[in-house]
Formats: sequence, structure tokens, C-alpha cells
Amino acid sequence: MSSNAEIERRIGKEYQAGFFTNIESDTIAPGLNEDVVRFISAKKGEPEWLTEWRLKAFRAWQEMTEPDWAHVSYPQPDFQALSYYSAPKSMENKPKSLDEVDPELLATYEKLGIPLHEQMALAGVAVDAVFDSVSVATTFREKLAEAGVIFMPISEAVHEHPELVKKYLGTVVPQRDNFYAALNSAVFSDGSFVYIPKGVRCPMELSTYFRINEAKTGQFERTLIVADEGSHVSYLEGCTAPMRDENQLHAAVVELVALDNAEIKYSTVQNWYPGDEEGKGGIYNFVTKRAVAHTNAKVSWTQVETGSAVTWKYPSCILKGDNAIGEFYSVALTNNYQQADTGTKMIHLGKNTRSTIISKGISAGKSQNAYRGLVRMNPNAEGARNYTQCDSLLIGDQCGAHTFPYIESKHPSAVIEHEATTSTVSDDQLFLCRQRGIDTEKAVSMIVNGFCKEVFKELPMEFAVEAGKLLEVSLEGSVG
Amino acid sequence: MISIKNLHANVEEKEILKGLDLDIKPGEVHAIMGPNGAGKSTLGNVLAGREGYEVTQGSATLNGKDILALEPEERAREGLFLAFQYPVEIPGVSNLEFLKASVDAVREHQGKEALDSVQFLKLAREKCKAVNLDASFLKRGVNEGFSGGEKKRNELMQMMLLEPQLCILDETDSGLDIDALQVVAEGVNAMRSAERSFIVVTHYQRLLDYIVPDYVHVLANGKIVKSGGKELALELEEKGYGWLENSDNGAE
Ligand SMILES: Nc1ncnc2c1ncn2[C@@H]1O[C@H](COP(=O)(O)OP(=O)(O)O)[C@@H](O)[C@H]1O
Ligand SMILES: [Mg+2]
Repeated sequence: MSSNAEIERRIGKEYQAGFFTNIESDTIAPGLNEDVVRFISAKKGEPEWLTEWRLKAFRAWQEMTEPDWAHVSYPQPDFQALSYYSAPKSMENKPKSLDEVDPELLATYEKLGIPLHEQMALAGVAVDAVFDSVSVATTFREKLAEAGVIFMPISEAVHEHPELVKKYLGTVVPQRDNFYAALNSAVFSDGSFVYIPKGVRCPMELSTYFRINEAKTGQFERTLIVADEGSHVSYLEGCTAPMRDENQLHAAVVELVALDNAEIKYSTVQNWYPGDEEGKGGIYNFVTKRAVAHTNAKVSWTQVETGSAVTWKYPSCILKGDNAIGEFYSVALTNNYQQADTGTKMIHLGKNTRSTIISKGISAGKSQNAYRGLVRMNPNAEGARNYTQCDSLLIGDQCGAHTFPYIESKHPSAVIEHEATTSTVSDDQLFLCRQRGIDTEKAVSMIVNGFCKEVFKELPMEFAVEAGKLLEVSLEGSVG
Repeated sequence: MISIKNLHANVEEKEILKGLDLDIKPGEVHAIMGPNGAGKSTLGNVLAGREGYEVTQGSATLNGKDILALEPEERAREGLFLAFQYPVEIPGVSNLEFLKASVDAVREHQGKEALDSVQFLKLAREKCKAVNLDASFLKRGVNEGFSGGEKKRNELMQMMLLEPQLCILDETDSGLDIDALQVVAEGVNAMRSAERSFIVVTHYQRLLDYIVPDYVHVLANGKIVKSGGKELALELEEKGYGWLENSDNGAE
């Protein structure tokens, strides 16, 4: 291939969500102290109990230190150099309908492939669009309300459904759970709140799209999903950010509560800006996601992680009730200088609880990709079972794949199976493809997609294709 | 069809092809025989453009086009097909998906319309049948867990689908029992035409009872040391290669 064509190819396919929306924002000065926590709480007009809740978290956070056990290395963020609240000026007086929303904001989402006007939106998918620290719009709210489903920014839910928020907030991920969860609890900005009433099957896919726009800010979203007894919901989150030379911090908390016989399917397509080819810039993605599954409930995490400079993330399931089911399907792809330490925890408390872990790690360039997983069978977990399959695919010889499985079994009848493989995309495989007329890029994408098949089939259909394409773009320049 | 002149090629700094000449006209079948390590597979790899095989001198043109200047996938799209001596496995990628991508790429290059999935599946099933592979092989990973013979028949099936101009078969007969050998030979014979040429690399004259070549060449020490008609294969079977290798060494 001529070098011209090569260059064109690269430019044509770089990180496509990397643009910046130039709008006036209301951003507070960098720094973090109790006044900042109170300021955020006041901005959102929160009740006293929540302000206190945040302050409690902040005080706990001050006593904590950053975790250092993950297989990642990065300069410690200067938490006093970040701004903890930023919102578009136009959102100051909350728009009552989409017509009142700043067209510039709507255009941003349109450009990202997420039209917010219901008539243009993807059929069957309701979207909550979060821009820096605020939710811009939530679509299909009326239609969902007809089914009794609550889907709104958590900042509104605090006012409209205080009893639900108060009852569940922090019950799955306590304020002092870990360093980043404590930070999030103190300064969380916006995120989605979902409540599915008893016995209701949510009539649409729910999704939240997170966008970081402003520079030198952190994003701290908080999502809470409660599926009441016998209900069912499928939820998807997507994330992007502009391309910038400096690193930005994103520390989210997601809590899922699946009451008896309920089912929650939570999917993530994470495409935060990963930094450039030299490892400059990109998002630090430090996320705590956890679910509690009560009797006969089922929680399924599916994640496709292609973005971020550093990822630290372990969506977990506490299988509290008997017969509860936890699943974790993950594709984590790292290229260039990206680092990922991701996996899950399956905590089996109830009898006959079952968990499945399918993890697919793809490393290319000079990246480091680690799977870290804990399976714990508690003393009461009679007849509990886990199956873990952990596969790594290496592209090139300068990247690393690591597997850290932890197993703690305190019940003799519990069964834990673990399988792990490591493979490479070999020159011989690429040559076979090319000899049959298939170019390298297509060949790699075919091989990688084949490798990820078991996970992609767990994604909602609309997003499986998207995920495949995303991998292709993320692998840009990894071969040849 | 293909014209190879004074071809020299290195593998890891070591010269393996040392001035090879070969001229093949449309419709002809040329057999290449020779001792182990002579450079037969190297010839196929060089023509197909495998990385690590460095051409230091000479030329190769396919229908007048300098193919050595092309990327491997471009050579394939120009109609050059190499059936591998040791086909590699690609787990997770279904045979069908792989074949479709391959045929799509070649057809696109030829300016032909893409086949839809239904048409393609029908075609692929036909070709499976022709090489005596169960259609279930289309769903399996490319060569994944296939026996030696199944891999070779899979290669042949791909060749039938792609309908190349120049087919290079690298020891497609090795490891095949007599029945499978006949299936392969029938497949190749069915594809013989006035527009298509073959280079059949083999160790045994046995295959040439079924695929009757127009010419037989002996490759030893990186060049063609003897050429003849199909009766040369019989002579080689009787006398081995020793007498030719020696004469070549003597000449140097
Ligand atoms: N990829 C390779 N790396 C190193 N040596 C090679 C490679 N391919 C071929 N050779 C060497 O080139 C010579 C010719 O090999 P080959 O073309 O495979 O012979 P043949 O197919 O005639 O048995 C041998 O000495 C072999 O060891
Ligand atoms: Mg050979």
C-alpha cells in the first residue's frame, strides 16, 4: 500500500467522537472541599439529607488512599486541579421540553448518532443524555410512565421520588466502599434513575449516553436501577469524550437492585477517548458497578470496553437470594498505550446461586490488558456453581495480557470451573486471509469479531453491530 | 499466463531460489517435483507474496502484470491462488464467513456484483459436495479441528469458489488416502480449462496418474534443473533425485 493511502486510511478512521462542542458553560473553579460539595448539592436543590450524605462521603474519602493493586500505572491525578461541576449555561433554567433545549446540544448528540427527537430516535430505545454534569434530555418519558416505569435523571428523581432514592441509594455501593466510590458519593453530578414496578416488563430498551465535553473537569455520574419483584429491564450505557492531550477523570458508580424474581440486563459500550498513538491524553476510567440479586433474580452485565487510557472496573454481583443468577460478559480491547484492569466479582451468598463469567481480552500495540476476577462461595452457598472462561488474544508482540483469578470457596458442595486460553493473531492466519483476497484490516476485524462472538450475542441487537464496528476502529493501525 | 525469469529469493538472509525460470501458458498444467528443502514451497510463497520472502533478483509477471510489486491480497484478486501445504486454523471465524469475505473481495476487484447470502450459501454447499465435505464444515471455524485431509479438501473448495487464473497446489496430495486423492484430482480436472493454468507441486508421481501434467519440472537447489513431459515423473520415481542434484552441483 502506498504511504499516502495509508495516511488517508488512518485519518479517515480516527476516534470519531473526539470533537468539542463550543458552548458557554458554567464551570466551578478547580478544587475540592466541603464548600464545593455543598455547592454541588445546592446547585441541584437537594434536600438536607442528601447534602449530609455527600458530606459524610467526602469526609470518608479524605481518610482514604487510592488503590494501588491494579496492574496499571499512571501519574496520580491532582484532585485539587479538577473542576467538579460543569454544566451548559443554557441548562441553568431547566428546559421544559426538547424544543427549549439549546440546539447546539441537540446537534452534539445527533453527531454522535443519538438523535434526541423521539420521531428520529432509534425505535424502541429511550435515551437519557448526560452532558458533563447535567442531563440534557430524557426521551420517551411519557410512554414509559404509562407502563409505570420511572426513567429520569437522578437529580430529578431526588425531588420526584425521594422515598425510592433514599431507600436504595448507597445500599449496594456504600459511600466508603472504595476511594473512587467515596469521591463519587461526595460530588456525583448526574446519571440515570430507573424504577420498574412489580411484575412489569419494561416496554423499551433504556439507555444513557454520557458525554464529557468541558476540559479539566471530572465526570462523576451515578446510576441507580431498581427492578421490583418479577420485573424485567434491559439498560445500555454509552460514553464518549473529546480528544485532548491531558488526562481526564471519570469515576462513576452504578448500583443495581434486582428484587425477587426480577431481571436486569445491563450493557455498556465504553468508548471514552483512549489517548493518542503515543499514549498522550485519554480518560481515566475508575468505575464501581455492583448489583444485588435477591431470590430467583438475575443480573447480567455485558460490557464492551474499547476506550479510556486507563480502565479500572469490576462490575460485580452479590447473589444474595437463593437461586439468584449473575452473569458477566466482557470484551476489553486495548491498543497503543492503553491499560485496562477489569473483571468481575461474583459473591455467592444464597443457595444454588449460579454465575457465569466470559471474559475476552484483546491486546494490541503496547497496551496492557488484565482480567481480575473473584469468585467467592460463602458458607451458606450450598450447591452454588460458577463457570469462568477467560480468553486473551494478542496482536503483535509488544503488548501484555494478564489473568488474575481469585477463588474463595467456603462451601464444600460449591462447584467452580475455570478455563483460560491465550492466543495470537498469527502472521500465518493473516497470510491465509490475504492470499484469499481479504485485506489485513478486514482479516483482523474478522478474527477479533470471531473471538468476541460469545459476548456480542449478549448485547441488544441494535448495538451488537455497533460494537463490532467500534472494535474495528479501535484496532486501527495495530497491524502492518 | 505466468512468466518467471531468473528469480532469486532469500529467506532469513539465506538464498533459497537461485535463478529460477518458468513459463506457463494458459490452460497448461505444470508439475514441480524435487527433494525436500529444494525450495518448492518457497516458490509458491514468493509468488503469493508472503512476508519474509525477499526477492533479490528477477521478475514474475501474471498476464503481463508485475505481480511482485503487488500486495498479497492484490495478487489473490488478480487470480493467483495458493493451496497451502499446511493450512492454518482460524478459530472463531466461520468457514462460511471467511469464504464470503474472500469471494466478495475478489468479485469487487473484478467489478462483479456481490452475491447475496442466500446465493452464496447455495454455491458454497455445491462446492462442498464437489469435494466430498459435509456442508456442516461451512459453520465450523476455518480449518478448526479439521483432519489433514479435510483441510486439503477445504483448500480445494476455496479454489473452486474463487475460480482463479493460476492455481498453485503445494503438496495437496500429501497425507491423503487414495479416495481423497481421487476427489482432489477430480476437482482439479473439472477446473482445467483453456484459460486456467496450474502449478502442481508434489512429491509423488502417484498424483500425476490422476492429474496428467503437460510438463514436469525438477526443482533442486533453488532452480529448475530438468524439464520434460509427463514421462519424466516416472523416470524420477525410478531413479530418485540424486542424479540430478549431483549434476547440478557439478555444473556450479
Ligand atoms: N519461513 C522459513 N524460515 C526459515 N527457513 C525457511 C523458511 N521457509 C523455507 N525455509 C528454508 O528454505 C529451504 C526450502 O524450503 P521449502 O521451500 O519449504 O522446500 P520444499 O517445499 O521444496 O520442501 C529449506 O532449507 C527451508 O529450511
Ligand atoms: Mg514444501
